[in-house]
Amino acid sequence: MSDTQTTRTGSTLVKRGLADMLRGGVIMDVVNPEQAKVAEDAGAVAVMALERVPADIRRDGGVARMSDPHMIQEIQAAVTIPVMAKARIGHFAEAQVLEALGVDYIDESEVLTPADEENHIDKWVFTVPFVCGATNLGEALRRIGEGACLIRSKGEAGTGNVVEAVRHLRSITAMIRRCQSADANELYAIAKDLQAPLPLVLEVAETGQLPVPLFCAGGISTPADASLVRQLGAEAVFVGSGIFKSEDPVRMAHAIVEASTHFDDPSVIAKVSTGLGSAMRGWETSSLEQRLAERGW
Amino acid sequence: MGSVGVLALQGDVREHLATLTALGVEAVRVRTPDELESVDALVLPGGESTAIAHLLVTAGLRDPVGARLAAGMPVLGTCAGLILLARDVLDGRADQWGFGALEVAVRRNGYGRQIASFEAPLTLADGSSVPGVFIRAPRILECGPGVEVLATYAHGGGSDAVLVRQGPVWGASFHPELTADTTVHRLFVGSL
Repeated sequence: MSDTQTTRTGSTLVKRGLADMLRGGVIMDVVNPEQAKVAEDAGAVAVMALERVPADIRRDGGVARMSDPHMIQEIQAAVTIPVMAKARIGHFAEAQVLEALGVDYIDESEVLTPADEENHIDKWVFTVPFVCGATNLGEALRRIGEGACLIRSKGEAGTGNVVEAVRHLRSITAMIRRCQSADANELYAIAKDLQAPLPLVLEVAETGQLPVPLFCAGGISTPADASLVRQLGAEAVFVGSGIFKSEDPVRMAHAIVEASTHFDDPSVIAKVSTGLGSAMRGWETSSLEQRLAERGW
Repeated sequence: MGSVGVLALQGDVREHLATLTALGVEAVRVRTPDELESVDALVLPGGESTAIAHLLVTAGLRDPVGARLAAGMPVLGTCAGLILLARDVLDGRADQWGFGALEVAVRRNGYGRQIASFEAPLTLADGSSVPGVFIRAPRILECGPGVEVLATYAHGGGSDAVLVRQGPVWGASFHPELTADTTVHRLFVGSL
């Protein structure tokens, strides 16, 4: 029996499986190999390689694109943990490049400037798995219908303000509970209202959870933020600007990793929060000119 | 038989708990030294071995787990868990540490990055087959004389050990917890 007949790569199980392996952990945005090492040393389960953290993208304006492949390769060489990278929404050619580079996960991300205002990437045709953002259950299930293997609530990236992440996470989990309590007749109308594939709505109603892991992103900047979103149902956290825009990134990275694991033990959160230095300055979201979470459809 | 703990610092803890519970075993999460003391056997789940190793230290569990292993506590490590148990780890971090409880040499990400992650049927010693799911998996390169090979993966004209046992210490380079097949957990629980 030859292995080419029996060995399968890129199956849904191995793509969703890597997301399962990241559960409980912290995925950190990094812009160079030195930051990637800091993240790995602190116990990050993966790094997101990008040229500018969302806070800087927000500040600089202009078109935000996929990162330079050289920079991604330098980070791949620097760490042993999975390396993720971002492609623009709908930009399947950027995704093809990232797959060719051997990145471990692609984030089809609203943090970058969208390339297609109607369509997201058909993610089923790729061997590399995708993570996508969502603000509500319908958006999450549409992304899963397109082949996403991991969902992160979007939050409002680069603000250091957790309020949008909480809104999106609560929206997703509340609607999941609504599906669970609906009777069979109601689920068709719910699928219609959510603009989500009916089979996925039925699955959520049956299992009480998304068909893929649910992580949280966008505005997490303290250990208590990580604890909050984990207690609200996120299985892991993405931290973007919150680490390397804080006063002491090494300590902040360690603290958020411990907080994610021991999220329901306030004594641990208190311990790691003590003397941490200031978190990133942050933005009141009502003052924002550009809301990134509105990108994606 | 008493309870089986699943080290719950990071990784696919839930799947191990569900599989053990389905087999009628009392399965509990272990995140503190106190919780470790209450269990009779331990599962080290899949996840990121560097993250789990780091969290073992910060949770004050590294030495207690090491002491229990030295005292003969049965343990099953899958993927990252196997890396933590292995005597020799290649392509790890310069400061990678492990419990050294299993006389095997493994190479981290030994089958490649995520795009090379795969599913394949595995062969047990009795000739039967179990499904294998390998995710950025370690590859077992060498087994010491006291190590029994319980399952293999045939590929490229050769075959790799993928499930091994040295007395009470079990290691799998794949993820039996991700499939509905409970054979590996049944064998481990049956040995307790």
